[in-house]
Amino acid sequence: MYKYFAAIMGMLLLFSCQKQVRTTSEKPMLQNTFSNTLHPVPTTTKMVYIPGGKYEPFFLTDSIEITIHPFLLDENPVTNQEFLAFVKANPQWQKSNVKEIYADTTYLRDWIDDTTLPKGAKLDAPVCFVSWFAAKAYSQSVGKRLPTLDEWEFVAMADTDTFNARKKPEYSNQIIGLYSQKDRQFNSVKESTPNYWKVYNMFDLIWEWTDDFNSILSTGDSRVGEYDDKGLFCAGSATTTSDNLNYAAFMRFALRTSLKANYTIANLGFRCAKDTITVHQNNEL
Amino acid sequence: MKYYNYLLIALLMLASCKEKSKQSETLPSNSIFNLSTEWQNQKGETLQLKNLQGKTLVVVMIYTSCKTACPILVAKMKTIEEKIDRKDIEKVSLVLVSIDPETDTPTRLAEFAKINKMDAPQWVFLTSNKDATQEFANVLSMKYKRISPIDFSHSNIISIFKPNGQLVSQEEGSEINVEKVVTTVTKTVKSNS
Repeated sequence: MYKYFAAIMGMLLLFSCQKQVRTTSEKPMLQNTFSNTLHPVPTTTKMVYIPGGKYEPFFLTDSIEITIHPFLLDENPVTNQEFLAFVKANPQWQKSNVKEIYADTTYLRDWIDDTTLPKGAKLDAPVCFVSWFAAKAYSQSVGKRLPTLDEWEFVAMADTDTFNARKKPEYSNQIIGLYSQKDRQFNSVKESTPNYWKVYNMFDLIWEWTDDFNSILSTGDSRVGEYDDKGLFCAGSATTTSDNLNYAAFMRFALRTSLKANYTIANLGFRCAKDTITVHQNNEL
Repeated sequence: MKYYNYLLIALLMLASCKEKSKQSETLPSNSIFNLSTEWQNQKGETLQLKNLQGKTLVVVMIYTSCKTACPILVAKMKTIEEKIDRKDIEKVSLVLVSIDPETDTPTRLAEFAKINKMDAPQWVFLTSNKDATQEFANVLSMKYKRISPIDFSHSNIISIFKPNGQLVSQEEGSEINVEKVVTTVTKTVKSNS
């Protein structure tokens, strides 16, 4: 009797062992989490054509205007529902599987489990608690990219009836008003009025990742002297910025400089952009 | 007596089983070796970061055409290399990652290594593409921006990683303390061998 018992034990162990070995051999595939092995995800989010134009960056090195080339921008931020579809197709981005190097411990914090949205969350509310790495992977999975900081800020210059409302005092005040509303990230997208470009929710729901959020050199070790903490936060140095009225932009830049790419925050989400013409990506050196 | 044999076999299998699963779990979730991007070294060989596994890493991001901050950073890396105990040097890789992949081809990196007398085996120069570079910079929490066709503005960070790719510490700013880096490297080598 014991003999059989031991034999069965042995078999069981062998079986469990095989299973383990099998998952191990699958691992290298899963490790390629960043760009190579993403499964494509369909998206129905409408994109808006932004013709581009001249744009004066908020922080000036010289008084150079930057030319923004035409591009497409999602008319609203990526929603809970869309992100859910993404993690279902790409289990390596589910909260129990995500690598710490790509997302900190609050990634998708309130989700009930890997594939269940937070209790009471609206399907069409913007997804939050996502890292830059996750946002970037999502964008790639839907065949898009993240907007650059300049592209985002270019679109953010618009109010409802002009493409550049920076000089209007009420423009900044209005945004500050929106920024101070509590729990605004739980609301549905596209319920407010779109801006001049017919783009929704630039300010009223969440803060958004940009592709090159890490390009603002705010600390003293930068070679370019004018990008320092004083320039960002001290009102006395506000003259180094191109527009003194835009306190809302100060807030955005301050937030961006404080971010690291694996941070996940309660009201930080993203939207995607795309080039108007498919440029052949030349990745060779 | 016979069933003891079965049990013994079962136990042995369990033990071997455990060992295998342990090996596959050695890469921690916060290891830089999880990154799957492809790089080229100064010899033109294609590799992934995990190929650097097993040595204590001292990592810095630079670009070779830089005339200002990078030469100082490169000089600091050389001083660090010189100060590491010779009996430890085999267990250390000093890694210079280019933030300007368009200019810094493997050939150019090899030339740079030669001119700067950084051609011993412990020196590793890496270059990739824009996306991989951006991803890696973000993993190091490094800020950089192209400010003209030939120049970048960037933060100066030297990072030390354990042989399994976990970050030990970072030294930042123009006043990077070389002694401190060397002490950390020595400690890391000791605790991982």
